[in-house]
Amino acid sequence: MQESIANPRILPESNGASCHGGPNVDTSGLPLIAIVGSPNVGKSVLFNTLTGAYVTVSNYPGTTVEVSRGKGRLAGQPVGVVDTPGMYRLVPVTEEERVARDILLQERPAVTLHVVDAKNLERMLPMTLQLIEAGQPVILVCNLMDEAERLGVKINTTALEQVLGIQVVATALTTGRGADRLKEVVLSSLNRNGHSAAGCANCESKPAQVAVVQYPPAIEDALQQIETQMYGSYQLTHRSIALLLLQNDAGVAALVAAQEGAQYADVQATVKAAQGRFSQPLSLVIARYQREAASRILQKVLTQPVRRVSRFAEKVSEATMNPLTGIPLLLLSMYLLYQFVGVFGAQTLVDFFENSLFGAYVNPWINGLLATYVPWPAIRDLIGNQYGVITLGVRYAIAIILPIVGTFFLAFSVIEDSGYLPRLAMLIDRVFKKIGLNGRAVIPMVLGFGCDTMATIVTRTLETRRERVLSTILLSLAIPCSAQLGVMLGMLSGRNDLLLIWAAIMTGIFLLVGLVTARLMPGERPTFYMELPPLRLPSPKNVFVKTYTRMEWYFREVFPLFIIASLVIWLGRLTGLFDLAISALEPLVRWLGLPDQTAVAFLFGFFRRDYGAAGLYDLRNTMTGVQILVSTVTMTLFVPCVAQFSVTVKERGWKTALAIVVFIFPFAFLIGGLLNWLLMVLGVKL
Amino acid sequence: MMVSERAQEQLEQLWMAEEDGQVGVPVTEHPGENVQDLLDGAWIVQDQGIWKLTASGREEAARAIRRHRLGEVLLADVLKGDQNQVDDQACRLEHVLFDGLDESICTLLGHPAFCPHGKAIPPGDCCREKRARADAEIAPLIELQPGQVGQVAFIQMSNPGRLEKLMAMGVLPGGSIKLLRASPTFVFESGYSQFAVDEVIASGIYVRRDVVSS
Repeated sequence: MQESIANPRILPESNGASCHGGPNVDTSGLPLIAIVGSPNVGKSVLFNTLTGAYVTVSNYPGTTVEVSRGKGRLAGQPVGVVDTPGMYRLVPVTEEERVARDILLQERPAVTLHVVDAKNLERMLPMTLQLIEAGQPVILVCNLMDEAERLGVKINTTALEQVLGIQVVATALTTGRGADRLKEVVLSSLNRNGHSAAGCANCESKPAQVAVVQYPPAIEDALQQIETQMYGSYQLTHRSIALLLLQNDAGVAALVAAQEGAQYADVQATVKAAQGRFSQPLSLVIARYQREAASRILQKVLTQPVRRVSRFAEKVSEATMNPLTGIPLLLLSMYLLYQFVGVFGAQTLVDFFENSLFGAYVNPWINGLLATYVPWPAIRDLIGNQYGVITLGVRYAIAIILPIVGTFFLAFSVIEDSGYLPRLAMLIDRVFKKIGLNGRAVIPMVLGFGCDTMATIVTRTLETRRERVLSTILLSLAIPCSAQLGVMLGMLSGRNDLLLIWAAIMTGIFLLVGLVTARLMPGERPTFYMELPPLRLPSPKNVFVKTYTRMEWYFREVFPLFIIASLVIWLGRLTGLFDLAISALEPLVRWLGLPDQTAVAFLFGFFRRDYGAAGLYDLRNTMTGVQILVSTVTMTLFVPCVAQFSVTVKERGWKTALAIVVFIFPFAFLIGGLLNWLLMVLGVKL
Repeated sequence: MMVSERAQEQLEQLWMAEEDGQVGVPVTEHPGENVQDLLDGAWIVQDQGIWKLTASGREEAARAIRRHRLGEVLLADVLKGDQNQVDDQACRLEHVLFDGLDESICTLLGHPAFCPHGKAIPPGDCCREKRARADAEIAPLIELQPGQVGQVAFIQMSNPGRLEKLMAMGVLPGGSIKLLRASPTFVFESGYSQFAVDEVIASGIYVRRDVVSS
């Protein structure tokens, strides 16, 4: 019944910078379906189900960091759908939670779908109660029913509908179970009344009394008082707004201050007085009452197993977290990743595309055609020969970058969907504390090995500005992205000694720069907490679609840049600027002990370091081991690419972004020079 | 030994005088037609023109005060605020809270330590037992052995944002919690979900250990 009219492609916001936010289709004028809920419960899967678009789905909390909008059709009726980052409660703590909550505060969804993890209904139902309290047209989606059933958790959805006074749909969305019924329910509540509570047909239109949380007298009194003190109109009920005020919600306080004007002082006084009557923060008191209300409601609805069976997945999970087995497992998975990306992708596939396809067929054919039909050498050089759009730009993009990025994203998708990353985060937390970060930062760091641009966006999930800046510096400096990593691995292939030294130097710089910047940037000590989702068997379909989407995004992002770079080089050569720039770089390159031709590669490297790396790759046979090592290390330290820089500007601001760049380029050459000098002094021959 | 209600009230007055830091009540202020009961029970003595509590009298008085103030807490909860009524009814209620009824009420009210006027309620056996048990059993999460199960007793967190995060993860007083790992970081189970937290957070979660641990 649902056919998508959404553009299934990812529409980048600016310069393709936002691969992680997914589509952003204008949905104004359409009835809006808002998807909300805790992290990692399947909101994005539901978004994909309703719109037919694809936003990234993974098995760890915090995959979605931006709001995605899409269009879908329910029985021919067009609807707008908005997917939000996960939030645990209506009171936001982190930036992306605030974004999610503000959707409810500023827009008027015709239906609000609260997605919960069925097995953890008791923990998540308080949020449903808050949404009901806020007057939202809620439909409760009990997702992950398959996992709940496997554990022996049973939910009587009819009984739940009756006590809550809202409709409840049981689903297992990754397998498609319950999706059709959910669409029917959404449609019928849209048709009943697009803008009022989506009450269920079987019960009263108002939520049953049980669903209304009763707070202690002092809070109830304050709520009533605040409700009478407010005159503004809000998207949420006055009761809900008052509750958020009592819990010191800064965003809501600003909103109320703006709406109420002079009245706000009275509201503030009531809030202060109520808070003064409790020794604990009111958010804790309120959360307790909400939790107790939820438990009461669930007494007759939820059947929990007496004994828990230890599943195989739990044993594996245990093994990944125990350092004795976890570290060997980590090394093993890194080795497998290397075999797949570094050997199969970067060597076998690249060799095939580079030599068998471009080297033997495409390039000679193009150059032959050009020689025959194009009399002007300038045009010949534009398309073919050494730096042509096809022989250089297209060849780099397709023959060198594509196989590597493709294999990395494939492997990374499998890792992501298995739920391994949060376990890696807990394993490595202590090390990361030393460099001013916490285990949570593992996710952007590992993602950075895929694409530093994506990773820079994901640093949003970190709590403090200090952590966000620190991780951006480290990503920009010391985390090579898959494209670059692949080229590097190709370059160092067959030279395991060089590979090891390179890896050791990069790890050393990562830790050293982390240690020093953490010292230089004072701030709160980071703390670590993270939900560990169950280990899950990745669904081949999601892995495939995700890999495809990311590659498509990457290609869309990279390909034009490669073509533009080829054009710029062509223009530069034509006008002599290219040679000028190269001759300016040559002294620097010579100081590094490298052949003059590498200046070209470093020039490319200013646009994209993988592009530069590919330039070095072409020269690998003319360089000594020491030269390969020095050039690889220097290039790895470069700023990743123009796109990553623009995202840094967007996320961290001009000043920070410029400071990072001004630090990185001299630092990269300095380290390269130092390394060269050290190897020379020590007389090392590699 | 039962004494008249008036005698009991006099006993309470003496106790409250001590509570306020006085040694006793001058005899001149209490001509005391009911004093005989108290003297017979050896609960009070006259010392240099002042009525003073004996050790056993002090115990008896504390029990009476306890009944009175428990009654106040109970009424304050039920009546929600009408102060005159609370005082009025509490005086009557204290005379019926005998035979373990006070302990049941005390347990029902969660062993309150203060009456609605902010004065201390003398602890009963039930409170002492509970406190002794609680002291032995409440410990920060970091002191649990992996595999041990408990209930969250309270959370001590200086950073309000962090407290909210914990609450959001389902870590609330009264909730059940099981420590799974203590290294390299702390991993616990709450509901059907597992969470990893570092030492700073784990040491702020205080847990009442279950007697039977799996």
